[in-house]
Amino acid sequence: MFNHLLSLLIWLPVVGAIPVLLAGSARPNLARWLSLLVAVLTFVVSLFLLVQYNPGGAAMQLVESHLWIASWGVHYGLAVDGISVALIVMTTFVGILVIAGAWEVIQDKPHQYMAAMLILEGLLIGVFCATDALLFYALFEAILIPMFILIGIWGGPRRVYATLKFFIYTFFGSVFMLIALLYLYQKAHTFDLATLAALPLTFTEQAWIFFAFLIAFAIKVPMVPVHTWLPDAHVEAPTGGSVVLAAVMLKVGTYGMLRFILPIVPDAGAHFAWLVIVLSLVAIVYIGYVALVQEDMKKLVAYSSVAHMGFVTLGIFIAFMLVRDQGHTDMAMLGMQGAMIQMISHGFVSGAMFTCIGVMYDRLHTRLIKDYGGVINAMPWFGFFYVLFAMANCGLPGTSGFVGEFMVILASFTANPWIALFAAFTLVIGAGYTLWLVKRVLWGAITNPHVAEMKEINGRETFVLAAFAAAVLALGIWPQPLVHLMDSSVSQLVQQLAIHKI
Amino acid sequence: MGLSTSILLTIALAPLVGCVLAGFLGKFLGRAGSHTVTILGVAVSCALSFYVLYQLTVGGAPEYNQNIYTWFQIGPFNASVGFMVDRLTALMLVVVSFVSLLVHVYTIGYMADDDGYTRFFSYISLFTFSMFMLVMSNNFMQLFFGWEAVGLVSYLLIGFWYKRPTAIFANLKAFLVNRVGDFGFLLGIAAVLYFLGTLDYATAFAAAPGLAGKTLQITAHTQWDAATVICICLFVGAMGKSAQVPLHVWLPDSMEGPTPISALIHAATMVTAGIFMVARMSPLFEMSSTALSFVLVIGATTALFTGLIGIVQNDIKRVIAYSTLSQLGYMTVALGVSMYSGAVFHLMTHAFFKALLFLGAGSVIIAMHHEQDMRYMGGLRKYMPITWITMWIGSLALVAVPFTSGFYSKDAIIEAVGLSHRWGAHYAYFCVMAGALVTGLYTFRQMYLTFHGKERFTVVAAHGDEHEPAPSDLVYDVHVSADSHEDEHHSGGQPGVLHHPPKESPWVVTLPLVLLAIPSLLVGFFTVGPTLFGNWFRGAIHVDEANNVLAELGHEFHGAAAMALHGFTQLPFLLVLVAFVTTTYIYLFNPALADRIKSALKPLWTVLDRKYWVDDVYFAVFARGGVLLGRGFWKASETALIDGAMVNGSVSLVHRIAATMRRLQSGYLYHYAFAMILGLILLLGGYWLVGSGLTGQ
Repeated sequence: MFNHLLSLLIWLPVVGAIPVLLAGSARPNLARWLSLLVAVLTFVVSLFLLVQYNPGGAAMQLVESHLWIASWGVHYGLAVDGISVALIVMTTFVGILVIAGAWEVIQDKPHQYMAAMLILEGLLIGVFCATDALLFYALFEAILIPMFILIGIWGGPRRVYATLKFFIYTFFGSVFMLIALLYLYQKAHTFDLATLAALPLTFTEQAWIFFAFLIAFAIKVPMVPVHTWLPDAHVEAPTGGSVVLAAVMLKVGTYGMLRFILPIVPDAGAHFAWLVIVLSLVAIVYIGYVALVQEDMKKLVAYSSVAHMGFVTLGIFIAFMLVRDQGHTDMAMLGMQGAMIQMISHGFVSGAMFTCIGVMYDRLHTRLIKDYGGVINAMPWFGFFYVLFAMANCGLPGTSGFVGEFMVILASFTANPWIALFAAFTLVIGAGYTLWLVKRVLWGAITNPHVAEMKEINGRETFVLAAFAAAVLALGIWPQPLVHLMDSSVSQLVQQLAIHKI
Repeated sequence: MGLSTSILLTIALAPLVGCVLAGFLGKFLGRAGSHTVTILGVAVSCALSFYVLYQLTVGGAPEYNQNIYTWFQIGPFNASVGFMVDRLTALMLVVVSFVSLLVHVYTIGYMADDDGYTRFFSYISLFTFSMFMLVMSNNFMQLFFGWEAVGLVSYLLIGFWYKRPTAIFANLKAFLVNRVGDFGFLLGIAAVLYFLGTLDYATAFAAAPGLAGKTLQITAHTQWDAATVICICLFVGAMGKSAQVPLHVWLPDSMEGPTPISALIHAATMVTAGIFMVARMSPLFEMSSTALSFVLVIGATTALFTGLIGIVQNDIKRVIAYSTLSQLGYMTVALGVSMYSGAVFHLMTHAFFKALLFLGAGSVIIAMHHEQDMRYMGGLRKYMPITWITMWIGSLALVAVPFTSGFYSKDAIIEAVGLSHRWGAHYAYFCVMAGALVTGLYTFRQMYLTFHGKERFTVVAAHGDEHEPAPSDLVYDVHVSADSHEDEHHSGGQPGVLHHPPKESPWVVTLPLVLLAIPSLLVGFFTVGPTLFGNWFRGAIHVDEANNVLAELGHEFHGAAAMALHGFTQLPFLLVLVAFVTTTYIYLFNPALADRIKSALKPLWTVLDRKYWVDDVYFAVFARGGVLLGRGFWKASETALIDGAMVNGSVSLVHRIAATMRRLQSGYLYHYAFAMILGLILLLGGYWLVGSGLTGQ
C-alpha cells in the first residue's frame, strides 16, 4: 500500500465520487454519508502519509513513476517533500469540513455537489505531488472544471459572469505556462521537473520563461493586478466552493512558483525578484484599503485573501534577495518558512472565515454587511468562533495567522527595512478591515429584526468551526512540528536559489 | 531554594484554567461556580507570586531563565516559550496578581446584576494569564504574544457591553491605535533580530554593547544608529500600550468598559506593560541617548498635557483616566532619564492607588445607579464612608503628599529629572513640576465634587406600579450620542434623579478598597530604600554609570522618614498645597466661581474640552481618510482601471476584433480571391524588403 500511497490519495476521492454520483438525487442522504466516508478515508490516508514521510530527508519521497505518454516521454510521476505533505494534509482536512459544511445547505442535487468536491480534492492532491511538468499542467487545468461546475450550478445570481471570468482568466494564464513548458521540452526532451531544474538556460531564455510562469501562477495566487477574478468568483460561489478556493486552490499558484520558477529559472527569478516583492507589498497595503470599503462580506474576505497571499509571495521572493545579494541563507530560510506556514495558515483561516459567512448567509440570505449588526445577541457561540477567526485574520499571536507573517516580516527587515515597514503595515490595516467588519456584523444592538431570529449554530456547524479553530490555535501555539516537517525541504529550496545557471 | 518550572507554570496557567472553565462551562458552573474557579485560579497565582518574590528577595534563589518549549527553530533562529523570572518580573507578578485578585473579588459585587457575569470573569482571568505571559517572558516573541493578547482582552472588555455604540466604537479604536504601536514594536523586534541575531533576552542583552557604531542604511545617503532605531521602534510599541502622546487617544475612551477592568487593565497593569518593557530592555536603551531623549520628551508631554484635560472632565471615570495618562507620563519620564527602577517603583505604587481610585469610583457609580457625571453627585461622604475615606487615601497618594506611597515614587522622579543632563531634561522638569499642580487640581476637584459640598441629586421614590429598571438594564441602555461625556444620560429618567438614596457598597466591594488603601499608604515608605537606592533590581535593570541619576540622588537619601520630612519643604508639595487651597475655596465655599472661571477662560476651556482636537483630527484623517482612500482605490483602480479597462476592456477588444473578422467572412468568392492576391503581394513585398535589407542594400 505504501508504494502507491500518493496514487491512493489522488484516486480515492476521484473514484469515490462515482458511488456518490450513483446514489443519485433520489437518495441524497446516502450520497452525503458516502462522500463524508470518502473524505474521512482520504484524510486518514493522508495521515499515513504524514507518518510515512521522513522529515529528515531532503530528497523527494514516496516516488512513483510510470511512463504515461511514451512518444512525449511524459511520466505519471508523483513524489512529495515536506511542503507537499503539509499542503496535502491541509487539503484532506479541509475536504472533510466542506463536505460536512454543505450537508443540508445544498438541497439541489447534493450528490453532484459532493462528487464535484471529491473530484476537486483528488485533483488538488495530484497537483501537490506531481513531479512531471505536463502532469502538473494537466491537473492544474483540470481543477478548473469541478470548480467551474461548483460555481456555475450552485452559485449566486451573477454566476455566469463569475465563472467565465474565473475560467478565462486562469486559462489565459496557463497558456503561457504551456508555451514555456513546450519550449523547455524541446530543449530537454523531458517534462521531468528534476531534469528541468538542472537544465542550463541563458538569461534571455530564463527571463521569457520566468514571465510565462509568473503570469500563470500570479493569476492563480492571485497577485495584484490580476486578482479581480477572485472577489467575483467568491461572491458567486457556494460556501464550500469559496472555502476550497481560498483554502487550497490559491496555494496551487504559490506552490507552482516553488516548483517551477525557483528551480528552473533561478537567475531570472533573482533578477526580477524586486517586481514580485513590489507587487506583494502593493497587495498588502493597497488591497488592505480596498478591503476596508467593501460592502459585501465575501468580497471583503476575498480581498483580505489577496493581501494575505501577498505574504506568501513576499516570503518566497525576499529569499532571492537574501541569498543572492546578501548571503543570508538563514534569514532566507526564515522568510521561506514563513511563506510556507502562511500558506497552510491561510488555508485554515480563510476557510473558516468563509464558513462563518456561509453560516450567516444560510440564515439571512444576504452577504451585505449593512443587513447585519448585533449577530452576537442571537448567536453567542457563533460569535466566539467569529471573533477567534477574525483575530487570526489580523494576525494575533497565538493563532496561526501570526506565525507566517511574523517570520516573513522578520526576514524582510534584513532584506530591506523598507520592505518590512510596508509589510508590517498589515498589522494596522488588516486589523482595520477585519475588526470593522466584526463591529458592524457582530457587535451592536440588533437593528434588523431578522437578525433576532437567527438560530444559534447547530452541532454540525459547531463541529466544522471547532475543527477549524483547533487547527488555527494548534498552529499558532506550537508551529514547530510544521516547521520541522518542512525544514529540510525549505532548506533544499533555498539552496536551489543560490545555484547560478548561467 | 531555586524557583521550579512547575511553580512558574502554575502561576501562568492557573488563571487560564479558570478562564476556560468559566468561559466554556459557565452555564453549568453557574455564577457562583464561575467566580469561584476564576478567583481560585488567580488566588493560587497570587500566593505563588508572593512566594517567588520572597524566594528571590530573602530566600536567595537565583534568577530563573529557561525555555519551556521550542516555538520554532529555523537554522540558528530560535523562538521559544520560556520564562525569565528575576526581581523585576517577580515584582510585576505580585502587583498584577494582587490587583487582579482584588478586582476579581470586587467584580462579584459590581457585576452582580449583569447578564454577562460569567463571561466577565472568564475575560479577566484570560487577561491575567496574558499579562503573566508578558511579564514572565524570556524572549521577544513571547513578549509580543503577551503584548497582543492583553490587547485582545482589552478589546473584548472595552466592548463588553456590546450593545452600546460608544463601547464598540471605543474598543475598535483602542485596538487599532494599539496596533499602530505594535507596528513599531514588531519592526523593533525585527531590528533586534537583524542586529543581534537572536530573539532571546539574555543573549540579546549580552550582545547589546556590540550595537555601538552599527548603523542601518535607510537610504543611499542616510544611516541611522542601530541602537536608536531599535529603541525608538520598541518604544513606539510602548507608546501604544502605555498610551503616550500621540497614541494616547484610546485610553480615555476605554472607560466604556466596566469599571473593574478600568482599574485592572486600564490603570494598574496592562497600560504599564510599556513601562515594564522599556525597563526590561534597559541594556538596549542605555545604548542610545537619542532614544532616551525621545522617551523623555514624549513622557513629559504626556504627563502635563493629558493631566490638564483631566481638570475639565465631568465624568468621574474620565478624570481618573486622564490622571492615569498623566501618571504613565511620569513613569515614561523616569525611563527617559535612565531611572528605570524609579519608573517601576512608580508603576507599583500607582497600581495600588490608581486601582483603588477606580474601584472607589466604581463603588460611587453603583451607589449612584450608574450615574457617572460628577455634576449630579456631591455630599456622598455621609452615605458611603468607607469609599470616601479610602478614596481620599488614594487621592493623597496620587498627589504625592509626603509619607504616602505616591510621594516616594513621584518625588524621586521629579528630583531625578532635575539632576539629569539628558537632552530634554529641562523641558521634562518643567512638565513634571507643573504636572504636580495639575494633579492636585483635578484630584481635589474630583473629590470635592463627588463627596463634599451640597447634594446635586434628588431622591424620588419610584411609583409603586411603575416598573423600575434593574441596574443591568441601565447598563445595557443604548447610548446613541457619540459624545457620551457631553450629555450624560441616565436611562429612563432625569439625570441626577435617583429612586433610592445612595448607600455604601457591599463588603465584596469595600474590602478590596481597604486592601488597596493599605499599600497605597504604606508600601512606599517600606520599599523606597531598597528599590530605588539599594540596587535591589541588580541584574534585572542595567544603567550606565554616566547616566545614573539615582546614584546621585542616593547620596542625599537618609531614610524614608527623612525623605518625607524633606518633601514638605519642596516645591512639588507647595504646588499641591496651592491646588488644595484653590479647589477647597472654589468647591466648598464658592461653587459659582468655577463657572465664572470657566467662562472667563472659555478659549482655554474649549481647547481642553476638545482634547486639543487630537481625536477629531485622527478621526478625520485616519478613519475617514482611510475609508476615502479605500473608496478611491476601489472606484478608480479596481473597478475602472483593472476590471473596466484591462479585464473587460480586453474582452470587448476581442469582441470587436471578432466582429471585424466576421465581417471579413463575407461569403463572396471574389472577396476571398482579392484577399489572397493582396496577401501574396504583401508577402512577396515583405520578403523583398527584408531580403534587400539583409544583404545590405
